[in-house]
Amino acid sequence: MKASAFAYARATSVTNALELLTAHGERAKVLSGGQSLLPAMNLRLVAPEFIIDIGELAELRGVVVREGVLTIGALTRHADLLKSPEIATHAPLLADAVAHVAHPAIRTRGTIGGSLAHADPASELPACMLALGATIIARGPNGERRIAASEFFVGIYETALKPEELLVAVELPVSPKNSTHFFHEFARRHGDYAIVGLAAQAFVRDGRFANLRLGFFAVGDRPLLAKSAGKLVDVVITSAVLAEASSALNDELDPLEDQQATPAMRRHLAKVLLARCVSSLLDRPDLYAGVSA
Amino acid sequence: MTSAQEKSETLSALDRPNSYIGKTVPRPNLDRLMQGRGLYVSDMELPRMAHVVFLRSPHAHAKINGIDTSVAKQMPGVIAVVSGSELSTVITPWVGVLSHLKGLKSAPQSAIAVDRVCWQGEAVAAVVASSRAQAEDAAELVLVDYEELDAVTDMRTALDPTTALIHASLGDNLAFERNHDAGAVDQAFAESDEVVEAEFVFGRHTGVTLEPRAVVADWNAAEARLTIYQGTQAPHMVQNIAALHLGLKESQVRVVCKDVGGSFGIKVHIYADEMATYALSKLLRRPVKFVADRVESFNTDIHARDHRCKGKIGVKRDGTITAFEIDDLTGIGPYSMYPRTSAIEANQVVNLVGGPYVTRNYRARARVVFQNKNVMCQYRAVGHPIACSVTEGLVDLAAMKIGMDPIEIRRRNLIADDAYPCASPSGLRFEQLSHHAALAKLVKMMDYDALRAEQAALRAKNIHRGIGIASFIEVTNPSAAFYGVGGAKISSQDGVAVRLDAQGSVICQTSITEQGQGSESLTAQIVGSVLGVSMDRVRVILGDTDNTPYGGGTWASRGAGIGGEAALQATKVLRKNILDVAAAVLQSTPGELDIVNNGVVNAIDGTPRIDLSELARIVYFRPDTLPPGIQAEFMATRHFVPREYPFAFTNGVQASWLEVDTDTGFVKLLKHWVVEDCGTIINPQLVDEQIRGGVVQGLGAALFEKCVYDERGQLTNANMADYLVPMSGEMPDIDVGHVVSPTLETELGAKGAGEAGTAGAAAAVTNAVNDALRPLGTIITEIPLTPQVILTALGRI
Repeated sequence: MKASAFAYARATSVTNALELLTAHGERAKVLSGGQSLLPAMNLRLVAPEFIIDIGELAELRGVVVREGVLTIGALTRHADLLKSPEIATHAPLLADAVAHVAHPAIRTRGTIGGSLAHADPASELPACMLALGATIIARGPNGERRIAASEFFVGIYETALKPEELLVAVELPVSPKNSTHFFHEFARRHGDYAIVGLAAQAFVRDGRFANLRLGFFAVGDRPLLAKSAGKLVDVVITSAVLAEASSALNDELDPLEDQQATPAMRRHLAKVLLARCVSSLLDRPDLYAGVSA
Repeated sequence: MTSAQEKSETLSALDRPNSYIGKTVPRPNLDRLMQGRGLYVSDMELPRMAHVVFLRSPHAHAKINGIDTSVAKQMPGVIAVVSGSELSTVITPWVGVLSHLKGLKSAPQSAIAVDRVCWQGEAVAAVVASSRAQAEDAAELVLVDYEELDAVTDMRTALDPTTALIHASLGDNLAFERNHDAGAVDQAFAESDEVVEAEFVFGRHTGVTLEPRAVVADWNAAEARLTIYQGTQAPHMVQNIAALHLGLKESQVRVVCKDVGGSFGIKVHIYADEMATYALSKLLRRPVKFVADRVESFNTDIHARDHRCKGKIGVKRDGTITAFEIDDLTGIGPYSMYPRTSAIEANQVVNLVGGPYVTRNYRARARVVFQNKNVMCQYRAVGHPIACSVTEGLVDLAAMKIGMDPIEIRRRNLIADDAYPCASPSGLRFEQLSHHAALAKLVKMMDYDALRAEQAALRAKNIHRGIGIASFIEVTNPSAAFYGVGGAKISSQDGVAVRLDAQGSVICQTSITEQGQGSESLTAQIVGSVLGVSMDRVRVILGDTDNTPYGGGTWASRGAGIGGEAALQATKVLRKNILDVAAAVLQSTPGELDIVNNGVVNAIDGTPRIDLSELARIVYFRPDTLPPGIQAEFMATRHFVPREYPFAFTNGVQASWLEVDTDTGFVKLLKHWVVEDCGTIINPQLVDEQIRGGVVQGLGAALFEKCVYDERGQLTNANMADYLVPMSGEMPDIDVGHVVSPTLETELGAKGAGEAGTAGAAAAVTNAVNDALRPLGTIITEIPLTPQVILTALGRI
């Protein structure tokens, strides 16, 4: 359980990090919090020749709210998100989600940029980015590129980032007043990767969804912004409507098999989550009953 | 039998003033461990020490056509690359059989595979280098030419004539079979009102110690002596076996075992890679260190359980259980482990099924088959969780069939508390158990009737909660009947030496070992109490074959009951010796004197007469002032082994309260209760911690832990992300209560407590899940009870 030998450089600035990335390209890996990369290296699942450690780039760390936009630096740690008053006020969905990311030791080192760039389809934050309509900011040798979250995640551990680009920040629109959210995941143990999870952001008016964004995760090779949410907007939700949305959701899912669940189980659990989410957001226990808190 | 709070009428050596027995006192080793001053083998460094990494087979079964080490040998830091055949010149192979397990067979196993590998993870070459990282780099460059062979992976077809043989010389893949038939089983079933059958399935799992297996072997060629630093539960067993297979005398081998980061039965066996490490040190004439990494731990630490057990129970309408019958099948990997063998668990299942109950009618068959998977052997509560889950599962099914409450059917069938001594249907002798007292206490602790009412109220709201009960018996304090009679040189006796030093402190050397369960504490408590000195004056030395008496170590819930009694008896002798000298010095008689609070006092009124420090000063430095003819003996040694009963059985009962989310298949554990009877309790906190830790391991088996093999014999979840150990977030509060029935075979009266929690936890959970699912008409008899298993059983997916 020792990593193969590798060269290491601690970037002194974003510019320096970009120079190193340009010089080493695909042979290099960016080290942020190291909570996914280092275990993979120690297991010799990956053996990068060059490690670019961006851990000291304070300019990439922190949360700022300006003109209705919440900007989160890539090096902001999960633990920082969890205790940030800006996040709690302007993106409470994210605060709820981060509490499900692994354990305190991992949250203390892991970063939002690392999690998004790693793009594990079972992790929480990518789905939140979809639900919240985030924009990913990447910087490369030719300057900055803004990528919609919906375009960013392209496969298992695959993103739209180019080898010479560095993810520097994410931008979220400040959650509108009176908006509401739901986060839940089914994991075997608290802190495990989810079997299926859902990050939802909604606006409810007169008992109906005026807006509903459903970010499912662990239901395919990338997080899914469910189009079937549209079937629930601007209608009176009945069991029949919910069933129709559930059926439409089923068509959107392409779940993978692993040791925790078959695709059939993932489809089933995604539908359970949808029902619980709608019931919870509308405060309609009649749409879903049967489990104590 | 008394409850823990009540005091026995007659005073013993344990009831002296200021006794530590029965008191929660902090462990003496706490500060040392908490301040990071433990001595774990993983941390050890010796001059000229090299590190060994084992190249392990990626195949479950393959012929080795050749090994090319030439490139690896050129790598930086590499000292040697050694194959199995090269190492076989230093160390001989072994066969893991015992003569009292009739018919048990196995094949010779080598320290490193020679010509053929039999499981994914078996070592094929050793790479020794200056650092672990260098050895890992070089190991990637060892080229092995494998020719894959058919792998035997499914225990259900292992005995089919069409299945490949793992060891042609053995004739078949059957390692061991035991049949037992007591009473009149067929007649009993015929006369039953109902007969219920089920098949119980248990996942393979493993111990997952916090510190992996670790060994530093140091061959000193000048002394012709091998020192083995190892995290083991049984130093003298390791000494015997290392000497035997390296062609040495036991006096040429010293085994040192200081702090151990968890063992749970994982570290009581002889592993091929550890044997290879001893041999490499001898071959290379330098210290060699092996520390298993987490992946190798999953692939090579013994696995356990993995049983499929068909069970059958007969019951009359009044609740009388008429008979039990089981047919157990288990797969153990390609070799029976050495030296304790891999037949013990199945053997225990046969021994223990039906054990708490009155019925005499019992038929059992157990078959143990070879497979191309990792080796399997004894892990905490060997066989007990299987036997308990099968027995208690059947009892609940019978109760359900006749519409009787699970508590009531147990009340009607558990052996009466005044029926002892008696024997189980498998012939085990019980000295004194307390099933009914334990059950009554449990019912009270959990407020059973209120819980049933709550369950009924919640059912009306479509919330599915369940209560599961599991009575159990536990084997503790094993005599030579466990291993010695079968020819294994594993001592069932233990020894303790105590001596008073020149300042009146006590040094105690014991042959039991410490892996976190509190051996050091209980020994100091006993010595301090019996002698009359404070615990801070007692220093306990364990884990060193050069510096402790000969003995078995700590396993099978034996440390307190056997090692504790040896400590008590040795200290009584030392006490007598001290009082004899004190009487001579004080011109008194020993009967008029006592030792209290580190000093000799008048027995009658406690008047201080002489401090132990002063007495020791006289004895060691001014013996010329002692009366003529007095030779002080301020050191005493005693050994102890149980002789009357082969095992000191304990008993207990557990209950689980949980909720099943029938839409997701998730189980939420709400509460767990245990009442157990381990006889005299030396340190209540240590006993309760043992029980809780054991319960958590049982809950892991019930809900989470499973070594997942594919059909080609590949272990597919050999890491901490995919192999789910129980974590605190999912654990319920565990309330522990006691009933106390001391064994009369010892003055101490202590029986073991280490495995009781593990024995019954999974059975209680499974019964609770089935209780919760009862309105849905679903019965599940498979663990771990994963969401996938539950949703499938419910027909939701």
